[in-house]
Amino acid sequence: MGRVVFWQGNRAVAMGAIMAGVKFYAGYPITPSSEIAEILSAELPKVGGIFIQMEDEIGSIAAAIGASLAGLKSMTATSGPGFSLKQENIGFAIMAEVPVVIVDVQRGGPSTGTPTKPFQGDFMQARWGTHGGFPLVVLSPSSVKECFELTIEAFNLAERFRTPVVLLSDEVVGHMRERIELPEDSEVKIYNRKRPKASPLNYKPYEADPEDDIPPMAAYGEGYCFHVTGLVHNEYGLPTNDPKEIEALNLRLLRKFEKGKDLLVKFSSFELEDAEVVIVAFGCVARSAMGALREARKLGYKVGLFRPVILWPFPEEPLKKIASKVKAIIVPEMNPGLMVREVERVVGGRCEVHSLIRLDTEIITPEQILEKVKEVA
Amino acid sequence: MPRENIARFLRLGLFPHIFCAGCGHGIAFHALIRAFDALGYNPEEVMVVSGIGCSSRIPGYINANTLHTTHGRALAFATGIKLAKPHLRVVTVMGDGDCAAIGGNHFIHAARRNIDITAIVLNNYIYGMTGGQASPTTPHGARGSTAPYGFIERQFDLCNLAVAAGAVYVARATVFHISQMESFIKKALQKRGFSFVEIISTCPTQFGRRNRLRGAVEMMEWLKNNSVPLSKAKEMSDEELEGKIVIGEFADKEMIEYTELYHSLCKAAIGEGMSK
Ligand SMILES: Cc1ncc(C[n+]2csc(CCOP(=O)(O)OP(=O)(O)O)c2C)c(N)n1
Ligand code: SF4
Repeated sequence: MGRVVFWQGNRAVAMGAIMAGVKFYAGYPITPSSEIAEILSAELPKVGGIFIQMEDEIGSIAAAIGASLAGLKSMTATSGPGFSLKQENIGFAIMAEVPVVIVDVQRGGPSTGTPTKPFQGDFMQARWGTHGGFPLVVLSPSSVKECFELTIEAFNLAERFRTPVVLLSDEVVGHMRERIELPEDSEVKIYNRKRPKASPLNYKPYEADPEDDIPPMAAYGEGYCFHVTGLVHNEYGLPTNDPKEIEALNLRLLRKFEKGKDLLVKFSSFELEDAEVVIVAFGCVARSAMGALREARKLGYKVGLFRPVILWPFPEEPLKKIASKVKAIIVPEMNPGLMVREVERVVGGRCEVHSLIRLDTEIITPEQILEKVKEVA
Repeated sequence: MPRENIARFLRLGLFPHIFCAGCGHGIAFHALIRAFDALGYNPEEVMVVSGIGCSSRIPGYINANTLHTTHGRALAFATGIKLAKPHLRVVTVMGDGDCAAIGGNHFIHAARRNIDITAIVLNNYIYGMTGGQASPTTPHGARGSTAPYGFIERQFDLCNLAVAAGAVYVARATVFHISQMESFIKKALQKRGFSFVEIISTCPTQFGRRNRLRGAVEMMEWLKNNSVPLSKAKEMSDEELEGKIVIGEFADKEMIEYTELYHSLCKAAIGEGMSK
């Protein structure tokens, strides 16, 4: 049992990162994420880590990727407009397989939108924002405790899969305060990237281990002379135009997630056993959904809740199972109706799917969700 | 065959290179690795970072720590690397479009921070890789594939920009002035802080062809005949300097370097933590 603290979500992200071993942060100020940068500017120097405020968000993620290639666990944090700017280099990190954590504390969009209000409009962008269509991992915290735990998890997954990982928070979760009990250091599992066993002379930077399809990663400045590029490359890291080599890399970038898929399913569920109506919600809205569930149960409605914690890859199998047992699914979300598309695709007609959206940037209330439950039950 | 000691900086397996016949970039590339060798560097301590463009393909051919990033972002990636591994000798190789258009923001801020990086720009006055579009350094009146009537914008003087942004070493050479180019690169590499060398390069394929400089030889002649040493340029009027390339050293000063400052900040932060 550890120390009990009363923290803001954004502080929990910053301190979770420190716990995970972050040693490099680069960022650019933007509401509602700035506290993460402010806290890390104070904390990182104390642990010999590096904090730098860059000239923009593009430079921030670029510096973080550079530092990760030089061996440090790295992160950046931002919100909507800055998240848009980072997309090209998120693609670079996918292609070059660089572990890096990107926190997006969502606010209202499009454009400058509503800087101080919550929204969930980056659900699709987090997965599809960079060109090319290749996967990455997206996590969604719903509480301060999860801000802490999932930041650690984000680093672990980034390091394991050599991939960018997005922690998709929101203004409510980022700014609310909750009491949490911190784990002891010894209770926290930390995963560090695989280092090469090959000598510098025999090292091929993109030769993957056959069992997990992930290449061990050397760091710049440690005796290994290797090349990294955003161009499609062969096992030596050198650019190639050979269709066979291009396909081999592209397939491996998909396969490594396929092989590790058991590590990429994380959700929480409540009262599904006898549920006839299931609410599927993430982030701050999942909190209202929980309230709605309790009220509905009191009134005798058989309602359950399914909350994806790893948003991408989307938890298809568990959701399919639920869909084949229930009458209806309700998807409340604070955006123009984004997750509902993914839910509909996965459900594939097994049950009814109802969308509930709210666009005034006020949080969806338990009452609203309850109304919908009554309507569809 | 390259000399043995230069060859240790080459990934010979990747040759032949992609550059057109008559491209000036190869000359600058050669000067860069000769400078590494002359200074006694080992590939393991050298880090070369580039953006996107013909010039930015150079690191792929260099046997060292090398990184080919996104268009314009070489200095931002390099900033992360230098902070993470301060012992690395970090060099960025960029094109004029790469550094001065899309990467302009990173350029001025890397100079302002005075982080110990040597930034090299191969300025061929044009976007080579994408087919001869005008760049921020295209001379006023010159033609490009997006300036068929002549470029109406003003030409960016990157050395002036670097000086104003606070670079501690700033120099310009051309690929015709080989030994001067090599000596500027060497000085820049040895300088503690943000150093900048602009190398006027030749792109017969995309710039020459559209500007009455059909081949590599004509372009070299043009560099030779139009270059003016800084000492001489100081005595010339603006009209006389029209269309000339002023070569020489524009800044050479000492100033505390960024990673050193950061290191002191950490020491202070740790000390403060202990005294509490
Ligand atoms: C974000 C982005 N925009 C545009 C491009 C297309 N592009 C590739 S190279 C290049 C310009 C290269 O010109 P320069 O930097 O002057 O280098 P050179 O090829 O002349 O050496 C451009 C615009 C790109 N790769 N990425
Ligand atoms: S297009 Fe121009 S810059 Fe590019 S390789 Fe050819 S000559 Fe060199």
